Amino acid sequence: MLTTLAIIFIATGVFFFTTATIGLIRFPDFYCRMQATGKGDTLGALLSLAGLALYYLNNGFSLPTILISIKVMFIAIFIFIANPTATHAITKSGLECGVKPWTKEGIQK
Amino acid sequence: MENFFLAIALILCFLVLLCLYRGIFGPTILDRIISISVIGTKTTIILVLIGFIYGRMDMFVDISIAYALLNFIATLAAAKFFRTRKSIVLDAKFFKEVGIK
Repeated sequence: MLTTLAIIFIATGVFFFTTATIGLIRFPDFYCRMQATGKGDTLGALLSLAGLALYYLNNGFSLPTILISIKVMFIAIFIFIANPTATHAITKSGLECGVKPWTKEGIQK
Repeated sequence: MENFFLAIALILCFLVLLCLYRGIFGPTILDRIISISVIGTKTTIILVLIGFIYGRMDMFVDISIAYALLNFIATLAAAKFFRTRKSIVLDAKFFKEVGIK
């Protein structure tokens, strides 16, 4: 039961990682790439680490096992808080440095 | 189950290589910073997976926590640096105007 749930979570996380990477490569602009990676990467990391933490509980519910699972979930929660913060900081620095957004007619001068 | 983890780790390594394309050929500096941040997030997952493959979770989880913290600090520091410096090269025309090839 736990193994099936873990496999589903990890596969979904890797799917979101793939979409984030395709967005990072294919989107035309700095801001578009920012939103692709900022969302896809955060969700992918959260789902993958939750799946790994669930799978590690297969070893029995002793104290060290639960402690390591809590550590893995701590990494997930930390990434869930820190990744959007870093995205916001980079976007704000780009906005203050005068990076123009992309439009259909090309980059505005 | 170890084969599954190995396959996931290999897929993530391939995605890191794809992200490295944006890191090398990115038009602006900020694209490269994003690319490095994304690679750092993937590396955190890969480290946890390596811990599962080798059966030493107790050690690799701590390394992974340290890597996540370092990645966050590095991204914030680079963003702050370029925000106060206010000079980001937008495209190749800048180089032609200045005269640098």
